[in-house]
Amino acid sequence: MLSRVANSIYWMARYLERADCVARFIDVNTHLMLDLALDQYSAQWYPLVATSGDDEDFTRRYKQADERAVVRFMTFDQSNPNSILQCIFRARENARTVREVIPVEMWEKINELYHLTQSQSRKRSVADLADYYKEVRQSGHLFTGLMHNTMSRDMGWQFAHLGQMLERADKTARLLDVKYFLLLPHNDVWKDSAYDAVQWGAVLKSVNALEMYRQQFHTTNYKDVTEFLLFSRAFPRSVQFCLEDAAAALETLTGDKAKLSMASREMTTLCKTLHSSDTSHIISAGLHEFIDIFQANLNLVDEAIYETYFKL
Amino acid sequence: MRPQHNGHATLTLETYKTDGFYDELFSDDGVAHPSARPLIEQIDTLSRGELKRRQKLAENILYQSGNTFNVYGDKKGTEKILPFDIIPRMVSARDWAKLERGIAQRITALNLFIQDIYNDQKILKDKIIPSELIFSSACYLKPCEGLKPPKGVWTHISGTDFVRDGDGEFYVLEDNLRCPSGISYVLENRAVLKRIMPAAFHTLKIRPVSDYGDHLYKTLRHIAPDGRDDPNIIVLTPGIYNSAYFEHAYLAQQMGVPLAQGSDLVVENDVVYMRTTAGLKQVDVIYRRIDDEFLDPQIFRKESLLGVPGIMGAYRKGNVALANAPGTGIADDKAIYAYVPKIIKYYLGEDAISHNVPTYICEDDKEREYVLANLDKLVVKAVNLSGGYGMLIGPKSTRAEQKEFARLIQAKPREYIAQPTLSLSRAPTLIGNGIEGRHVDFRPYSLYGEEIFTLPGGLTRVAIKKGSLVVNSSQGGGSKDTWVLADEAETN
Repeated sequence: MLSRVANSIYWMARYLERADCVARFIDVNTHLMLDLALDQYSAQWYPLVATSGDDEDFTRRYKQADERAVVRFMTFDQSNPNSILQCIFRARENARTVREVIPVEMWEKINELYHLTQSQSRKRSVADLADYYKEVRQSGHLFTGLMHNTMSRDMGWQFAHLGQMLERADKTARLLDVKYFLLLPHNDVWKDSAYDAVQWGAVLKSVNALEMYRQQFHTTNYKDVTEFLLFSRAFPRSVQFCLEDAAAALETLTGDKAKLSMASREMTTLCKTLHSSDTSHIISAGLHEFIDIFQANLNLVDEAIYETYFKL
Repeated sequence: MRPQHNGHATLTLETYKTDGFYDELFSDDGVAHPSARPLIEQIDTLSRGELKRRQKLAENILYQSGNTFNVYGDKKGTEKILPFDIIPRMVSARDWAKLERGIAQRITALNLFIQDIYNDQKILKDKIIPSELIFSSACYLKPCEGLKPPKGVWTHISGTDFVRDGDGEFYVLEDNLRCPSGISYVLENRAVLKRIMPAAFHTLKIRPVSDYGDHLYKTLRHIAPDGRDDPNIIVLTPGIYNSAYFEHAYLAQQMGVPLAQGSDLVVENDVVYMRTTAGLKQVDVIYRRIDDEFLDPQIFRKESLLGVPGIMGAYRKGNVALANAPGTGIADDKAIYAYVPKIIKYYLGEDAISHNVPTYICEDDKEREYVLANLDKLVVKAVNLSGGYGMLIGPKSTRAEQKEFARLIQAKPREYIAQPTLSLSRAPTLIGNGIEGRHVDFRPYSLYGEEIFTLPGGLTRVAIKKGSLVVNSSQGGGSKDTWVLADEAETN
């Protein structure tokens, strides 16, 4: 497969997954703020920006981090490379360069989502957007469904799957990190387990994990949610699950080459970061610090994939 | 036999006016050609609202398929499709059979001509064509001298432009031997009509076009270098910003082959490779959609970033095949076009089956004099331009425009030819709330591999503007699906 094409498929899948995850982030915050019964002045939207890692860009261009500004920034801001609009635009541009290798329906789905985004971006009201976020998430499901049901398991699929899994691992980890940035006016509310359950319930819901989680753990608390979203071998959005899938895709791509590729080596390191810890250890040493290291290693994998497959 | 109307707002094509033009579906006001009757009857059963609804549906399908272009200067990223008209154009089995023979004859002769021009130049030595005309042509490529393409074929893919005059005869306007675009519209338009007018396909015997990808692949495989049993065939595109990018991707997809850009390819020791995830992989056949002059910066335009440095060396060595071969543009020069009947006679000893439009060569003193005296009646064309650019339509031009062209012709006579203004045929077209006649042309697509194959269909371009004779998409033209009918005697 052409290196350029492999690169585009990988990023097409990553950007679509990213758009999907950003929609989930906004969703989780909306529900959280409603459940905590915070009025619009004390509602916290900045943590969302901080979690996304684009806080510098945001503070430079926006005066205050209210709902309207944050939603705008993360959804339709042309200058934010990680806004949903930009992610979908880039997914489409990438899809456009690989149209000859992806099924027509996949291209049409992305194209449709792009046109929907274009027309929605002209709307001003935040309240109107719930349906749009739902549409973005549904499109994510449809896209993945098309990928799994209509693409041969050849290199194109492996690169798409690899991109999607790495992006999802990154975003699930960031989602877990959201609590670190939440600075509520009354710190003691977090000692109240009722609020804890509410908060983590919203997080689980945003990754469609609430039902699956409950079957395993029954009640929502910090430690179990962290355990579930980091280490579940069964739940397809957990970091562990995504990494195993990504590693398998890389293994298939490497084939039976005797020498391990740079990408495979970095992938092994990343998996080790995760395996060498357990939930109690991570929580006592600081979840935020752990996720920082994890993300740095994830970036190394991405760079190594570029070096191994796309650079030529 | 007139269709029965059921009273509510049908379009009543009974009132359709041909206005004295040759019409592709009607033989007289309100009277359909016998072969078009099943279609017209069906359209007549549809209400205005229903016809408009289907038109909208067709546009939506095309829009969603993504064959769109950006509206110039629109920052919101508005995209548009090329105008499409849902009423198809039809070509009878009889007309088609003649067109097919005419095209095969032309392409055969033109291939022999190009081979001769870049090698022995017998036709010049025999003074059939003046040598100055060849060597003064911007389309004559010196680097192609001595080239002998694999299997002797230069023009693997071509799209002959025809128009029908008031007498009902088809005339060749252009041969388009330099990888013409538009075939994706032929296939897409058909896919759309099968969805929005399925009933018509049951009553009429319409020849299918969907196997074009198979034919194209076989044509390309045929020219693979000897010994490459499982050749690596690719499509080469200038890239995503080219206006025909959709088509390039579409054709790669139809054949299931890689779509490469110049930067994906590299030449080492006269062998072309593509950069893959598993290292360099040899390329055997390239269907290139990059113009000759941008193909190889070592040979042609030095500043070209689209091409592949060294590709011509690999081609000359026979290590890679190119479709089409570079240099074919010489036979597209509109002054050379005037000689095609003589070219056919010279190489094949036959009279031309498809007719040329009479052409005045401005380089010739006598003919130029006539052209200058009759600018208000003639169509003047630049010899090396297409797409409706560099053109004067005499009867529709202003005095000032005629003066400007007189100046251009006198300054550079070799650059211009002139032809009588044809009375282009029309076809019924959905306009506003009614159906009116609009001028059309016709471009069937041919492949020259083991044999010459012309896809039974083609691109019908329609000038949407009332009275306009310019069908080019760059000038506001749209397209229609084209139904070539199977011979009743053959199929029954």
